[in-house]
Amino acid sequence: MNQEKTKTEPENDSRREFMMNMSLGLGGLAAIAVSIPVAGALLAPLLEDKPEVWRAVGSAENFPIGSTQLVKFENADPKAWAGTTAHTAAWLRRESTDKFIAFSANCTHLGCPVRWEAEAKLFMCPCHGGVYYHDGSVAAGPPPIALRQYAVRVADGQVQIGTAPIPITNFSDGQKT
Amino acid sequence: MSLLRKIANWFDDRTGFSETILPVMRHPVPPGAKWAYVFGSATLFCFVLQVVTGVGLSLLYQPSSDSAFQSLQFITSQAAFGKVLRGIHFFGASGMIILVGIHMIRVYITASYKYPREMSWISGVFLLFLTIAMGFTGQLLRWDSNGVWSSVVAAQNLGRVPLIGTALARLLLGGDTIGAQSLSRFFSFHVFLFPALIFLFVGFHLYLVIRNGISEPPKAGRLVDPKTYRKWYDDMLKREGVPFWPNAAWRDALFSSLVILAIVGFAILIGPPPLTQPPDPSIINTSPEPDWYMLPIFALFALLPPATESYLIFFGPIVGVLALLVLPFISNRGERSPIRRPWAVFGVVCVVVAVGSLLYIGNRAPWSPQFETKPLAQSVRFRDPKLERGASLFYKKGCQYCHRIDGHGGITGPELSRIGRTWNPDQLKVQIVNGSDEMPAYGGMLTKAELNDLVTFLSSRK
Ligand code: FES
Repeated sequence: MNQEKTKTEPENDSRREFMMNMSLGLGGLAAIAVSIPVAGALLAPLLEDKPEVWRAVGSAENFPIGSTQLVKFENADPKAWAGTTAHTAAWLRRESTDKFIAFSANCTHLGCPVRWEAEAKLFMCPCHGGVYYHDGSVAAGPPPIALRQYAVRVADGQVQIGTAPIPITNFSDGQKT
Repeated sequence: MSLLRKIANWFDDRTGFSETILPVMRHPVPPGAKWAYVFGSATLFCFVLQVVTGVGLSLLYQPSSDSAFQSLQFITSQAAFGKVLRGIHFFGASGMIILVGIHMIRVYITASYKYPREMSWISGVFLLFLTIAMGFTGQLLRWDSNGVWSSVVAAQNLGRVPLIGTALARLLLGGDTIGAQSLSRFFSFHVFLFPALIFLFVGFHLYLVIRNGISEPPKAGRLVDPKTYRKWYDDMLKREGVPFWPNAAWRDALFSSLVILAIVGFAILIGPPPLTQPPDPSIINTSPEPDWYMLPIFALFALLPPATESYLIFFGPIVGVLALLVLPFISNRGERSPIRRPWAVFGVVCVVVAVGSLLYIGNRAPWSPQFETKPLAQSVRFRDPKLERGASLFYKKGCQYCHRIDGHGGITGPELSRIGRTWNPDQLKVQIVNGSDEMPAYGGMLTKAELNDLVTFLSSRK
């Protein structure tokens, strides 16, 4: 009986509607307020900017001219709990007395680690048979573009490599236009 | 009245158990829904198994990039029953993926997705992809070098998405490179996010079963007409329905128990996948290989012509998902019997054969060069020093990684055991010097003498 009455009273109707809208609005606000920090945690990798840092990989004498060697270094911003995952490898070649090139070890096809075959003078990928010439250009197989390179410099007799993100091959890379 | 009875009555009175749950358990189902209907529930039981063994593993596992590997070694070799626990979780995942597949095929072949069960199908499609996502992230949590490199491969796949590819890849890895955040992310997805979504969708999926009833076994010529179907279904249930519990449920319980026992059996007999090298991205002598259930996808990507690859990596999944989602809308009435829907059956056979062959090829991985092959000159004696030189060049220059001679070498390129019969020295020379799309041009990398030795060696293969 009572219920019937309240339902028909227009004053109460508008009041209830107002309260309902308000609760929806406040609920939405609360949801947004909570979502922002969570989304922040999810998107954090896009928000933080990691500067290039130089990592020494050995003194220049260790690298005979013409040799291509695997060098290992730490990435730009290793956290305490990164452990061995902070390591990165690159193929470092000494072209001449003061010219070094460092190739990324990541195949440009799907990122598998390429190996330098010294006798054949080729980089070969174990995953799908991608092969690169000694200058990093594609020799055979599915890789769409040449091996990426890291920045290298020599400072105080030390060879240093500039850290960089894992190279990601994009949709348009290597598309013939 | 005994005390126990009293307690039970009190409990029932306060909770309403027998008023709400029992009718659901006893809801009538169509008769004749026999063994074909056990796969959905078996998938659910596998999921429960995964939750339970997952909780067990999480008691022992360290979700940190730094120490996850050590904790896995500990679980595998030291923790009590740790190895079996890992094994059950692995085979449970395999079982869940197989059962999801069979359940889906059953639903498709008997057209159970038609009116009024469209939403069952759609929620099922989401569950299918969540299951695959669980399989993949689970493999990454086995944080060895395979896990590390598989996440790089996955990031590269995402990188092919137009415009936002790089951002997606970074989001997956948790940064510019593999590092401290990578494993935390996979752990969060695998242990919190995806399971929560699965619970949600499974709840919805089951609720729909109660609301719309399980589909009756199809009969040729009995068409689904949205106008009359619900009434017909209700009448049929009233006439001949049997209670789900216990008349139909015992098959589900029996089959699921067998499945779980089989999983435990595999776990004990075969054990979990072995750990490979530590999670160190600077260890490059490794060839990442996904677990078997990801192999067909991996193989497909390997087989795609490179020119179309970016398109297929991106549009393939989108088209696939959309096709699955619209299916119940483009065909939601009419015939359900597989006998009258030969094309549907044919389609399923095609898909099964395709996935099976991709799995087979993926396992053989003919596109992967074999770096472990031993130099031919070691096992074969050559009297002619020229031939011997050619044979050792064949290995040293990397030919043998991809070409096979007398059982030695890879299978990426053609077998060359008898190449001298069909190719003359000039043809061989041209091919070696110029290469092709699949083979490097060796022109710049061989001296004249080396080229001659190699050609002489290959021509002698008759
Ligand atoms: S990842 Fe190197 S060829 Fe595919």
